[in-house]
Amino acid sequence: MEQKAITFTIDGVEIKGSPGQTIMQAADEAGVYIPRLCYLKDLTPHGSCRICTVMVNGRSQAACTQPITEGMVVENNTDALDEHRRNIVDMLFVEGNHYCMFCEKSGNCELQAMAYRLGICAPKYPYLFPQSNVDASHPDILIDRNRCILCGRCVIASRDVDGKNVFEFVGRGPEKRIAVNAEAKLSDTDIDVTDKAAQVCPVGAIIKKRVGFAVPIGERLYDKEPIGSDIESKKNK
Amino acid sequence: MSDNNLKRVVIEPVTRVEGHGKVTVLLDENNKVKQARLHIVEFRGFERFIQGRPFWEVPVLVQRLCGICPVSHHLAAAKAMDIIVGGENITPTAEKMRRLMHYGQTFQSHVLHFFHLSSPDLLFGFDADPAIRNIIGVAAKYPDLAVQGVMMRKFGQEIIKATAGKKIHGTGAIPGGVNKNLSIEERDFFLKDIDKMIEWSIGAVKIAKDYTMENFDMVKTFGSFESNHLSLIREDGAMDLYHGGLRAIDAQGKNIFDHVDYKNYQDYITEEVRSWSYMKFPFIKSIGTENGWYRVGPLARINTCDFIDTPLAEKERKEFMALTDGKPNNITLAYHWTRMIEVLHSAEKMKELLNDPDLQGKDLVVTGERRGEAVALIEAPRGTLFHHYKVDENDQVTMANLIVSTTNNNVPMNTAVTKVAVDYLSGVEITEGLLNRIEVAIRAYDPCLSCATHAMGKMPLVVTLVDHNGTVIDKKTKE
Repeated sequence: MEQKAITFTIDGVEIKGSPGQTIMQAADEAGVYIPRLCYLKDLTPHGSCRICTVMVNGRSQAACTQPITEGMVVENNTDALDEHRRNIVDMLFVEGNHYCMFCEKSGNCELQAMAYRLGICAPKYPYLFPQSNVDASHPDILIDRNRCILCGRCVIASRDVDGKNVFEFVGRGPEKRIAVNAEAKLSDTDIDVTDKAAQVCPVGAIIKKRVGFAVPIGERLYDKEPIGSDIESKKNK
Repeated sequence: MSDNNLKRVVIEPVTRVEGHGKVTVLLDENNKVKQARLHIVEFRGFERFIQGRPFWEVPVLVQRLCGICPVSHHLAAAKAMDIIVGGENITPTAEKMRRLMHYGQTFQSHVLHFFHLSSPDLLFGFDADPAIRNIIGVAAKYPDLAVQGVMMRKFGQEIIKATAGKKIHGTGAIPGGVNKNLSIEERDFFLKDIDKMIEWSIGAVKIAKDYTMENFDMVKTFGSFESNHLSLIREDGAMDLYHGGLRAIDAQGKNIFDHVDYKNYQDYITEEVRSWSYMKFPFIKSIGTENGWYRVGPLARINTCDFIDTPLAEKERKEFMALTDGKPNNITLAYHWTRMIEVLHSAEKMKELLNDPDLQGKDLVVTGERRGEAVALIEAPRGTLFHHYKVDENDQVTMANLIVSTTNNNVPMNTAVTKVAVDYLSGVEITEGLLNRIEVAIRAYDPCLSCATHAMGKMPLVVTLVDHNGTVIDKKTKE
């Protein structure tokens, strides 16, 4: 039996989705970009970064986990929500050691691109300069915890896609960090550079070694179009 | 006699140089100059904090030392990382792209120094009103010249952008090669203006030359002294700003060493630390601390090379060397003239490269046997630049040693300041004339003090005169 489409609105525009879809999935298909950092298509939504917070019938919800319902009224592109998102991105910057100027992810980094899209020139909060470390033990993959934003993509990808459980969070609050499922180092795990977990990091925290700056400035992912343009271009078609 | 018996004249900080330094002139009981010291009082510690970083990041990271000639650090580090990845025999396209980047940078950096920082002194005289003796004053009185300075610098910056991706702090050079070639559109953009750049460069050489000759009685002694000279040199003895062996000559032009493979630099050059400056003091080992120091930069390069491989610059080099009968020229203010000869050389080299189809090649990167240690040198605009790294089996940097151009010129700058102080200080009053002359002497070396201690700062001018009891007896401030 064919399921009936669900109709709802985002910022007053009527959207049609399928039953079981989240707001994020339906919006993506309709060409409406909802800012996000931890969400990645094909991975189980984690709902941790809260960048995708939207107002649903007047209450705040994470668009990546909230299912759509008939007649739902969603607000996404509002000054208040963007201010909320800027605050989160600001805090992510100051809680890590994000030196875009020499980071090889610069131009391909979702955090940096999100800051640009939201119009953040410099963080307004004081830098915390946490003590973080680099795990370069693996021959092909490097972890730089200075840049980790605790999105959890690597944890989910390793668990659900690779079936390896290489990564997990440890610690709480400011002590929280990404850990590897081994005595000490990444080289003690069975992760491979072709694993999904090695390819989903939105920032420069888990990178393939020796790639560095092979892609020149001007040809990087977000050099020409802001983040989200790929989704928004669907609407134009 | 202890330093307590000496009067101190402090000039702080020095203006119109890149970075932040201050000068102390130590007087003896008879108010004669005993010694002058250029203090470098800032510290940044790049060598320490790149430890632990992955090696491929270093060419982009370490260039953040400086915003004036970051390309030098970018390329020196990339040359070192070529060795780490076993790719030191880079492809013709990669080498020529890097050379184009380097000549573009040398061109813009020298032009910046000459037109923006030094031309006010040369055009208006050292004693002219500081309100006029600046780049705005130059623009008002010599508008065509000021425009040339701006347009030449822009040309060099655009070359850097086309080769490195950005005008400042690009990413073009990567371990084993480069990440882009030069498109036909980019090439044609530069070719339409390159002849104008060469023409203006000839004009700039003439300004520096005419200034030197018209004021030769003053210039030949101003902050001048005999010294050794050091630079990289091509195999056939030609000037080469990108690559070569090390040559050092003494004040008479006799070789101290020649065509030294720079990976063995530590057998020939070492550094000393002194308590009053964060900048180290390098010297030639075989001669020792006392007399082993040497000059680097444009003057040293013109003195050490046998010839320049571009015709217009070579003609100018010959004319310059004729002034001292082919012997090394030890005149501090001759740095300006030689710097402009290098501007002309860089412009000619850029034209040569722009017409080379290798720049449109697609073979950009080579790698080979992985290594754990690398030394790479380059002739930065301000002189010979040394980068030395060790990288562990996890690809992390474990050691970095940088000897930057201005550090090589440390003793020469102190010597020049002492000479000027001896010649121009009378009594215990700090005259405007003395201040200006000390600055002019330092500025001749185009010091990048930010590089030298790996630091940066702002530069108003405070001068303090302290007697032997430590009492301030005179103080002058210049905004």
